[in-house]
Amino acid sequence: MLATTLLAAAEEGGEDGGFWADAYPIIPHPAELIVGLLAFAVLYWVVAKKVVPAFEKLYQERSEAIEGGIARAEQAQAEAQQAREQYSSQLAEARGEAARIRAEAQSERKAIVEAARTEAAEAAARETERGRAQLAAEVTQARSELSRQVGELAVELASRIVGESLAGSDATTRTVDRFLADLEERAPSGSAGGATSLGKA
Amino acid sequence: MSLVATALGHSAGSAVPVPLAAGEGFESPGVTDFWQPLIGEGAWAITRASIVMVLSVVFLAWVMVAVTRRLAVVPGKAQFAAEAGYNLVRNGLGREVIGSPDFLKFLPLLVTLFFLILVNNVFAIIPVIQFPTMSRVGFPAALALVVFVVYHFVAIKKKGLGPYLKSLVPPGLPGWLVPFIFLLELVTYFFTRPVTLALRLFGNMFAGHLLLLLFTLGGEYMLLHSDAPVLQVLSVGSFAGSFVMTAFELLVEVLQAYIFTLLTALYIAGSLADEH
Repeated sequence: MLATTLLAAAEEGGEDGGFWADAYPIIPHPAELIVGLLAFAVLYWVVAKKVVPAFEKLYQERSEAIEGGIARAEQAQAEAQQAREQYSSQLAEARGEAARIRAEAQSERKAIVEAARTEAAEAAARETERGRAQLAAEVTQARSELSRQVGELAVELASRIVGESLAGSDATTRTVDRFLADLEERAPSGSAGGATSLGKA
Repeated sequence: MSLVATALGHSAGSAVPVPLAAGEGFESPGVTDFWQPLIGEGAWAITRASIVMVLSVVFLAWVMVAVTRRLAVVPGKAQFAAEAGYNLVRNGLGREVIGSPDFLKFLPLLVTLFFLILVNNVFAIIPVIQFPTMSRVGFPAALALVVFVVYHFVAIKKKGLGPYLKSLVPPGLPGWLVPFIFLLELVTYFFTRPVTLALRLFGNMFAGHLLLLLFTLGGEYMLLHSDAPVLQVLSVGSFAGSFVMTAFELLVEVLQAYIFTLLTALYIAGSLADEH
């Protein structure tokens, strides 16, 4: 039927635009069908070669960028955490250090004070000792001086009483010495007592 | 068609104005209005629709290449719009219907179909161009042919011809029913699907444009060629109708592009599925 219509159209051709002018609209026009296929093929080529790869590459890059961003953020967070831990540990360390220094200083102070105190006590003791020794020396010196002067005085007094010079004679010297020795023998406690009372005064 | 032809001949022949019945003088739009050969004649003529189709491919290729040449990870406004369009097909149709990871290799097909049909459809209401390419059945037929070949090829490649034909019949049917169902499914897969795919798109664009022509030409005839003042006043309604229809057409144009691509995705998904 189509063939006859086509034939008729060919015969009629040129009069009213031919068969295709008022053919059933559901009969595909051959040239249009081919143009349609070619148009699709060309556009498909463009889309498959350019458009889809470009977009897919973009999406790939984008998702990678997002994932990379998340990874970077996580890394930064970890670093911050680490820094905080480091900081707090340093802080604790510093606190401990300060406490240690304080304790050290305190004990040092105590030691210094103690040392100063003992030194002072020692110095005081030394001073007392020296005073005492000096005193004793002085006492001894005074005593020997005294006994010498007492001897001389006694000799002089005896010379005056006897009326002749006794000085220089060996006998006199011996007598005085004996006397003094006796004196010393007789009153060691008395001299000691005298020395104490003198120290006290 | 003969009716249209006689109407054409009649009105052209009669020099007398038609005061009584406007129908006699009014040349209602028909099939002939869609036949617009620009170069040549007959079956191999380069028609207006062919020119528009070529124009749409040039336009689309230019826009697509321009957009995809400078894609940034952080999109600008233009790229954002382009991505929205691409994602509508990629995620809304490809990933949703076909599923990961198979959909990636069908993306070029889906993207090409959707945008080619969309632009050609919208061209129907763009001034100057104003011709719905898909109202010439050759173009939807070409696209449906591509889809037909693709989904059968995919199925045969995945399952093999025998198992594919066997898989047309759902399992668990009573034995005597199997031949009938097989025949029905065979007709569905090899005839109904591609034909309806092409005719749905063609019919919508053809009828929509015909309606637009009717409103516009009718209004024009009432305003300029009729002597009755009533008709001249009423032509306002006809023009208003053409505006409403234009807005409606835009909706239909986008919807049909989407439906064609959606069905393509569904057929491919069916071919990839293990079961019926």
